[in-house]
Amino acid sequence: MKKDSGSMKRNRLIGNTITYIVLILMSIIWLFPFFGLIMQSFRSYNPAVEYGGMVDYIIPKHFSLDNYRFLFSGETNYLRWYANTLIIAVCVSVLQTIIILCVSYALSRMRFKGRTFLMRFWLVLGMFPGFLTLICLYFLLKQFGLTQAGAVPGLILVSVASSGMGYYVCKGYFDTLPIALDEAARIDGASRSKIFLILTMPLSKPIIIYTALVAFMAPWCDFVMASYIAFGNDKSYNVAVALQRWVWTNDYQGYFTRFCAGGILVAVPVTILFMFLQKYYVEGVTGGAVKG
Amino acid sequence: MAKKMNPVAEGFYALGKDITDIGVTFADGDWKTRVSYLIFGFGPLMRGQIVKGLGFLLCEAAFIAYLLFFGGNYLSKFNTLGTVETAKKGRVTVYGDNSFLILLFGLLTIILIALIILVWRMNIRENRKEELLLRRGMTLPSNRKVLASLLDTNFDKTLLALPVLGIFVFTVLPILFMICVAFTNYDKNHQSPTNLFTWVGLENFSKLFAFGKTGFGSTFLTVLGWTLIWAFFATFLNYFLGMGVAILINKKGIKFKKLWRTILVLTIAVPQFVSLLYVYKMFANDGLVNGYLIKWGWITSPIPFWTNPMLARITIIVVNVWIGIPYMMLIATGLLMNIPEELYESARIDGATPFQMFRSITLPYMLFVTGPFLLTQFTGNLNNFNVIYLLTKGQPQSMRLTDNAGQTDLLVTWLYKMTVTDTNYKMAAVIGIMVFLVTAVVSLVVYNMLPSVKDEGGFQ
Repeated sequence: MKKDSGSMKRNRLIGNTITYIVLILMSIIWLFPFFGLIMQSFRSYNPAVEYGGMVDYIIPKHFSLDNYRFLFSGETNYLRWYANTLIIAVCVSVLQTIIILCVSYALSRMRFKGRTFLMRFWLVLGMFPGFLTLICLYFLLKQFGLTQAGAVPGLILVSVASSGMGYYVCKGYFDTLPIALDEAARIDGASRSKIFLILTMPLSKPIIIYTALVAFMAPWCDFVMASYIAFGNDKSYNVAVALQRWVWTNDYQGYFTRFCAGGILVAVPVTILFMFLQKYYVEGVTGGAVKG
Repeated sequence: MAKKMNPVAEGFYALGKDITDIGVTFADGDWKTRVSYLIFGFGPLMRGQIVKGLGFLLCEAAFIAYLLFFGGNYLSKFNTLGTVETAKKGRVTVYGDNSFLILLFGLLTIILIALIILVWRMNIRENRKEELLLRRGMTLPSNRKVLASLLDTNFDKTLLALPVLGIFVFTVLPILFMICVAFTNYDKNHQSPTNLFTWVGLENFSKLFAFGKTGFGSTFLTVLGWTLIWAFFATFLNYFLGMGVAILINKKGIKFKKLWRTILVLTIAVPQFVSLLYVYKMFANDGLVNGYLIKWGWITSPIPFWTNPMLARITIIVVNVWIGIPYMMLIATGLLMNIPEELYESARIDGATPFQMFRSITLPYMLFVTGPFLLTQFTGNLNNFNVIYLLTKGQPQSMRLTDNAGQTDLLVTWLYKMTVTDTNYKMAAVIGIMVFLVTAVVSLVVYNMLPSVKDEGGFQ
């Protein structure tokens, strides 16, 4: 008997060791690109000592802040791009959250004619690829003067306008809130809008944070819409559109480390925000996955 | 009416009832109601229902103004999409018809006509309701009450008005527009406003399925095939590997669980354009990976991660695993904790190995719970633009494929290229419709096979 538990212990020890090795290996793989990104952003740009293009080593020979200095020097519109993205992200986050909350509440709590039709219709609409309508949206926005120079408000409008269709996770959350609460409040004479604002909202903090966080993070990666609507107008680019040029286009040979620095400046605040709100994100995606 | 009818018959029955109702309202109604058939909201206005009456009247006025000063002109040219060519008289360009605007606003006008008929019907129904109420000797609700109901019993209308309008203008209308474009010859030789385009029927669709030199057939099948393969691997590889990682971290006796999770979650937190563009450069011919492999003497010439078609596809899938595992890990972690511990306990007593327990407890549970999620993941991956475009832009190019399609192009990235690079809008529209069909078919078929749909309480 004793021997048996001893071998079990040994088995568990071996199992755990293997697990640790796998986890450590995975951590290295997962962290490696970020480590490289940080290291290369600090590489010197001075042609006398090093160079800003692709090299075959990670650790720079000369650490310097050249690349960061370049971004803030005003030689490019980097700060403008950053501000554009931040403005878009904040506006989209606030407006989209409001819209999604409204739609979710209406669909979850109220029964009205055409409710199922609306949900099915939106589901079918969602099966069309988003970029199909690119050109049409461009011309629509152009009618209002919201392209090129006006691309920032234009992008906000496009992202917010159709956000009502992304109600699934939020509605799923509302569905789990006990309906008895609503009924009790209605008996006490509270109107629907009062229930929504005073009863449901305070209970929905996790889902509000989740919705706002997801909406805030999306514009940082928005590449397709942003590049098409801002077309050729450098001042209305967002960071994703502007920085990918430094990587893709041959005219920007040697801008690689500058891209790394620019990317770091984008990634650090977004990552920190995400890590703070991670709990809500996990709740949101898990809930969303189960309800589908 | 006890017998259940099929939806079509039901629709006709409802329509018939509606028409009868309209007739009865007219025959039975007083003069206020009858005038309302022409002047919307006349009845409610005369009966003191100012808010509702004005609402109906404004709808009618706005519609007539729109039709007279704007929409009517476009609608009349809708069947040809414009006939007056843009001409150059000396140095001045005299613009003719703009097919794009004719199509867009013609479509809008048609939809608005349908909507105004609906408003007209609502207006009649309102009249009928009011008359019946008055006849029964009841009073109509005050205007203040009508307005207040928008925050109470009719709160749904207030909440949904703006979102529905937004979706209509920025999703429904553009999609209908593009569906129409698929039946026109709108491309780089027919760009508005300088050139007209017009209806061509099913020509574009037959081009898509033509297997000649000029046809899109073989390219379309290649791209479609890769799209499906990609979606399959991107979904299921991430699913199982992510679940595996979650199980590893959840294992009893493993320390620093939070640390491992946080490290993995970094790929969700860092904006994809930063991480993916960096990874793209890492695997480039002059990138870090090849650089080190050469330095260590493992290889002599760089591995063509992005330029060899097969290798590029594999690399994309592998990089996508790097992106996707953390996401699935988060979801699986939460769900795994919901599995009752007794199930494992009794299995252990029966002498089951860990793998057997995984196969007969964990996996069925997970598949059951996450079935719909898997489906949305799959359809999402069919349209996963970012990963493909930021990594390869669909390249490497191939001589075998027409119209700029690359070996790693998905249907959506191909569609994007057609719109942006080639301005081949008509074929982009056709591809878009195809993507919709594929997504719809996959969703319908799989959805009906899902265990959680067939048997809702299966695991409770």
